[in-house]
Amino acid sequence: MSQIHVTATINGDETEFLCDPTETLLDVLRDHLDLTGSKEGCGSGDCGACSIILDGRLVCSCLVLAAEAEGRSVETIEGMAEGDKLHPLQEKFIEHAALQCGICTPGILVAAKNLLERNPNPSEEEVRYWLAGNLCRCTGYDKIIRAVMDTAAEMRGAA
Amino acid sequence: MTRVKGAAHQDLAHDSAVKHVSGAAEYTDDIPEPVGTLHAYLGLSDVAHGRIAAMDLTAVRAAPGVVGVLTAEDIPGANDISPTGSGDDPVFPEKTVEFHGQPLFAVVATSRDAARRAAAQARIEIEPLPHALDPLAAIEAGYPEVTAPLTLQRGAVEDGMAAAPHRIRGRMVIGGQDHMYLEGHIAFAHPGEDEDVVVYSSSQHPSEAQHMVAHVLGVPSHSVVVNVRRMGGGFGGKETQMNLFAAVAAMAAKKWNRPVKIRPDRDQDMVATGKRHDFVADYAVGYDDNGRIQAVDGIFAARCGFSADLSGPVTDRALFHADNAYFYPHVRLTSRPMKTNTVSNTAFRGFGGPQGVIVAERMIEEIAYALGRDPLEIRKANFYRDGGDVTPYHQVVEDNILERIVGELENSADYQARRKAVIAANAKGDIIRRGIALTPVKFGISFTATWYNQAGALVHVYNDGSIMLNHGGTEMGQGLNIKVAQVVADAFQVDIDRIKITRTTTEKVPNTSATAASSGTDLNGMAALDACEQIKSRLVEFACETRGVEPGQVEFLPGRLRIGDEEIGFDALIKQAYMARVHLSAAGFYKTPKIHWDREEGKGRPFYYFAYGAACAEVAVDTLTGEYRVERVDILHDVGKSLNPVIDRGQVEGGFIQGMGWLTTEELWWDEAGRLRTHAPSTYKIPLASDRPRVFNVALADWSQNAERTIKRSKAVGEPPFMLGISVFEALSMAVASVADYRECPRLDAPATPERVLMAIERLKGTA
Repeated sequence: MSQIHVTATINGDETEFLCDPTETLLDVLRDHLDLTGSKEGCGSGDCGACSIILDGRLVCSCLVLAAEAEGRSVETIEGMAEGDKLHPLQEKFIEHAALQCGICTPGILVAAKNLLERNPNPSEEEVRYWLAGNLCRCTGYDKIIRAVMDTAAEMRGAA
Repeated sequence: MTRVKGAAHQDLAHDSAVKHVSGAAEYTDDIPEPVGTLHAYLGLSDVAHGRIAAMDLTAVRAAPGVVGVLTAEDIPGANDISPTGSGDDPVFPEKTVEFHGQPLFAVVATSRDAARRAAAQARIEIEPLPHALDPLAAIEAGYPEVTAPLTLQRGAVEDGMAAAPHRIRGRMVIGGQDHMYLEGHIAFAHPGEDEDVVVYSSSQHPSEAQHMVAHVLGVPSHSVVVNVRRMGGGFGGKETQMNLFAAVAAMAAKKWNRPVKIRPDRDQDMVATGKRHDFVADYAVGYDDNGRIQAVDGIFAARCGFSADLSGPVTDRALFHADNAYFYPHVRLTSRPMKTNTVSNTAFRGFGGPQGVIVAERMIEEIAYALGRDPLEIRKANFYRDGGDVTPYHQVVEDNILERIVGELENSADYQARRKAVIAANAKGDIIRRGIALTPVKFGISFTATWYNQAGALVHVYNDGSIMLNHGGTEMGQGLNIKVAQVVADAFQVDIDRIKITRTTTEKVPNTSATAASSGTDLNGMAALDACEQIKSRLVEFACETRGVEPGQVEFLPGRLRIGDEEIGFDALIKQAYMARVHLSAAGFYKTPKIHWDREEGKGRPFYYFAYGAACAEVAVDTLTGEYRVERVDILHDVGKSLNPVIDRGQVEGGFIQGMGWLTTEELWWDEAGRLRTHAPSTYKIPLASDRPRVFNVALADWSQNAERTIKRSKAVGEPPFMLGISVFEALSMAVASVADYRECPRLDAPATPERVLMAIERLKGTA
């Protein structure tokens, strides 16, 4: 099976990789590019642990073929902080203890960031339903929702 | 410095929080793979019960990328991974298949994808045999119990029942639950020299994985190392169920002398590994005009699956908690741990306890509806009286604080007024009905296998003053590591930043118990404290010798010590002690005092203490569709004097939501052929962010202290809050009952899916 050469912008860096036609973007991120922050929770787009942003749109990277990333922009959890400076959402998640085992955390942060880019002033209901595609088995979600609401308020204040 | 950062009883973030939010926390699947790493995948049975007539793996071996296969014949040592030594848990069965989804072989290939595709090429002929999938079918078919049943009794149940003014009999069907840890099973084995192998795994019980791998390889335990840095959730699902994956990876690594990783996909993980036990409980309760229980007789039949696994202790614990918070003057409780042709059920948060508690609450509900009273009144009338009442296992309840907890919650949640409002709203006869319930939990803490209540820790103080902490517990998100590190920071009076928490490994602390039964902090915190105290006493001795003072004149202050009139920094003293050849490392140990248990007699003190809590839930139910939502939940939970309140609150919130999921949306459904049809999050529904109660008030009982001398007077927190989810179930029941004017107990089975709720509404409307 011949491999496909793909050029994509990943977390702002132009990146080239070779992939099999059947490989998912999640597998390429994890296995070829050492970006293991995106996790495989189900492999069927139901848990959100592999959430990334593809050309501004929140997607499950397990449902995207790697070849589809050609010429597009990919944002993963690894690109969320600027160097050592954490994104406000990351800081608030720590402050609110909005994580336990941490394996759903990258996907939830990516999803929450995408929400706040679309809607800087979401209602709590909007946050709860936006994050309904990201499963968390540990926290019970309350701290996550509070952290997102608090971040949104703070970012609005700073803007 | 007046107070050390990160000492006990402070709010402190999870030690890996920064790594968690940046995607840098390394889980087993994130460990870089050495060149040449192979990948294994399991081939499963597609028959629930049958004789293996032929296994043709030719096409599997010939598939692209395949290096080889492993079957029962390739097992160098024993083909058994039974955690209790019952000999009924093969890695791969040799003659008989016992459930749909049972692993039959493993294929090893150059990539996971190649292995996965190859596994599907197997041609396996199985001559089907009759199967029994649930406990009632198993009883009817004359199936054996997977382990000896237990009976707990006290008083004279027949006489008590006969003398009671009222009696009710009923049956409750209680569903199981998949763990749905977001990180599935995984093991990654690296071969070493001689018979050595190192296994990186996501296991709650590294020592058992070590012993099982050694057993399967036919080598001594000293040749096997198991390492666990962190898990992406466990909940009991990784206590014994990881052993098969660890054994397969280790066998393959030794056979081909290459690193081998095995990670099933989610569907295979759910089909092939055990879950919470489903139960069918038959109960009889006798009570008086005031709702005081006189006698209880209960039989608890469980779907154990094809092997014993932990079903003995799980079904035991169902009986231990079938009283929940209530005193039964005459009682007989019997378990029926039934063999079934399903995956072998296993540990899951609460370990059978929740299935016992919910039956106690069902009986309370029955009495309340029969007498036309508020179930909370009936609950209060039956609470254990502190210091006198005895449990069905003959342990005296000495530390009961439920009256205060329930009283405070009743006030803070405004229960009485809200219940009146709910009844008034329902009286209008609208389509949307409401329900409210306040339920308590009392949960016994300790492994009922008494020998499990031991732990070890290893603490090094390096000569630069930095500290390495290791203990036998595993981190699965519960914050065990940070809590134990706080104990160490507190003991040495140093900032927590100088303490390095290191991965759990069988090389540092041997013969550990599973991180389970909520015991992680209780056991490992005490073991770590013991190690600290040993080092501290050597430092005190050194200080006394060099300064000519008495031990009473040496004091550990934040970041420093006072020795007589002198103050010296911790680092400086450590340097001096090292130069004077003081041993700065210690292995700590702890065993829980006071506990004992005689299973034959059904008597003892299996629990060191009890943890308590209560929750008040209000729901709204659409009586035309059965759909519902949780409007408000208030929780007051007892964690003793919390080591880390923010971490403990997380356990309470997460436990509650998980318990709510068990009783509402999470439905395991097998078809007649024994296939699990809810085998991925597409069909198996755990709670979502959108399901979180609209109002969610969670508080810890900050006045509580453990009556026993536990670590810093804290209490275990992992399992007890799980049962707070029963409040939602009971509130749903009330909303359903409203359609028949609360005259009849709706007898909802669990989980109360919208479908079941609707059927109950229709049934009650029919009788109304």
